[in-house]
Amino acid sequence: MGLKQISRNPRWIIYLLIFIALLFIPRMLSIHDLMLFEYGITFAIVGLGFNLLLGYTGLLSFGHGAYFAAGAYSVAMIAKYLPQAYSLEILIPAALFFSLVLSIIFGFVCVRHTKIFFSILTLSLAMLLFALLFKLYHITGGSDGLRVPLPTMFGMSFKGIRRPEFLSGTYYYFLLGVFSVSFLLMKGIVSSPFGKALQAIRDNEVRAELIGIRVRRYRLYAFIISGMFVGLGGALWTFVNGHVTADLSHWVFSGEIVYMTLLGGFGIFEGPIIGAMIFTYLKLYAMGNTQYWMFVIGGTLIVLVLLLPNGVAGAVSSLWTKIKKKSH
Amino acid sequence: MWVVYTLNGLYFGALLFLISLGLNIILGVMGILNLAHGSLYAIGAFTAAWVIIAIGMKVPAFFLYVTLLSGLVLAGIVGFLMEKSLIRFMYKRTLEYQLLLTFGALMLLEDVIKMIWGGQAYYASAPFDLLGRVDILGHVYPTYFLFVMVVALIAGLCIWLFMSKTKLGIMLRAISLDREMATGLGLDINRLSTFAFVLGSGLAGLAGALVVPTTPALLGFGHEPLILGFIVVVVGGLGSLKGALVGSLLVGFTRSFGIAVFPEIELPLLFLIAGIILVVKPEGLFGR
Repeated sequence: MGLKQISRNPRWIIYLLIFIALLFIPRMLSIHDLMLFEYGITFAIVGLGFNLLLGYTGLLSFGHGAYFAAGAYSVAMIAKYLPQAYSLEILIPAALFFSLVLSIIFGFVCVRHTKIFFSILTLSLAMLLFALLFKLYHITGGSDGLRVPLPTMFGMSFKGIRRPEFLSGTYYYFLLGVFSVSFLLMKGIVSSPFGKALQAIRDNEVRAELIGIRVRRYRLYAFIISGMFVGLGGALWTFVNGHVTADLSHWVFSGEIVYMTLLGGFGIFEGPIIGAMIFTYLKLYAMGNTQYWMFVIGGTLIVLVLLLPNGVAGAVSSLWTKIKKKSH
Repeated sequence: MWVVYTLNGLYFGALLFLISLGLNIILGVMGILNLAHGSLYAIGAFTAAWVIIAIGMKVPAFFLYVTLLSGLVLAGIVGFLMEKSLIRFMYKRTLEYQLLLTFGALMLLEDVIKMIWGGQAYYASAPFDLLGRVDILGHVYPTYFLFVMVVALIAGLCIWLFMSKTKLGIMLRAISLDREMATGLGLDINRLSTFAFVLGSGLAGLAGALVVPTTPALLGFGHEPLILGFIVVVVGGLGSLKGALVGSLLVGFTRSFGIAVFPEIELPLLFLIAGIILVVKPEGLFGR
């Protein structure tokens, strides 16, 4: 797509407007709300990566918490064991590298299967990582986890600055930058020939194989790219959260990733982003207002599955088509 | 000490067998992996503990063991309600919705347990204490553990006889082999599915009830058994009863010897073994 076509497509104008609005978010929100928003952005990156596998390749992973944990623990372990290398421009590549390695190993085993077998396998392997993180507590901190201090950033040091100030300043723009790049990258991937091949595999494996697509290899590539996006999200998340625990690799956390993707709608490119934002707010408000927050979240999920199978974005877009049809 | 480790392995294996048998029946007949299976196990545990505490020492000892069945009954009832109100609508839906629905049910049930039984621990060790200990090859061993093995054995035999000899069991197997063909032959899939789900839930509840005299029932009681149940199902092969038995024993022994020899990596070791088996034999030991 040339620049001319991009500028004519109203979708890209909307993206640009949203991006400009996002630049002013730190001025509009209180520090507490901004932090929540940053959680949402990190999960949006996770959702983008996860949906390459679920929405575009048709594989449901119930163990993507493992790659999230890989990214998060890369940061936390470097903080603990290699403090002299603790700067953002090293941490992000390191997190990408470790989630790459992990998703190659796990992906190699998992993509031999599809459907429920794939889900159970991803789940079991993520639990293997969880068990290691949990049991080797003198290295990983076990269930207490590890604390994550503020990193240096391109030579800038944040000594003496409190976390909220760090998060509302430079870090927000860094996060926004990484998110925008991830967004464009993923958009490029799903509309590239590779992305089309993945969709062909999703829609009909046998046909895809017959027209010469190497199904298993393409699935593995999708798995790895997806794992790296999730790992990146995990690494960015640690600075917001300030603390990592083994629970990140637990299958319940992976379930939450599936939840937010479905909440937004996995049939639509932007769906997981919307889902990540809504889920972050939903979970926090449920946790803040009742001790039975799992009841609220679980109940919402059941209602969602029964009544809104295409997620929020799907519902909005089908409503939009209906209105359009009526006005014609 | 190996005698005790072997017995412990058998005991873990017996409990896991009950859990994974239920998981496997539901998976085989309905094609649904029930993530809320651990919650049904927890419901069984809380119910049995609550009943045992309520009746206390007022009844003859024999009756105390019968009350353990209360766990099976209540978990079965909850399973019935779950199938009728939620799972029912999921047969024609795709995998992601099926899994997420049971995931939602898991969260819902966790909090329902919290609402009913509160956050405290329930101790109900009377059935364990009453049986005392026996001497096996020079080692003192709790009789209750042997009792659990016998119960699991009986339950396993009943299920096996039921599945291979009775008409109802053969119909269930027909559905798990070929759902479409079974519908074509005029089997009442809806009712049979309900039955399978109740049966599976009841088995989970029974396992929970059997555990509660040895460890107090707590919130989050069902998390670990669910995960171990997954491993068994994965290792043994999805939907295979023989696989559930062999897988349970394998996991049970790995756990019991793992705890004894290298307690730190006992859990990772289990997942590692599961992973290796899957790389070598992707469909599991007895998978189709």
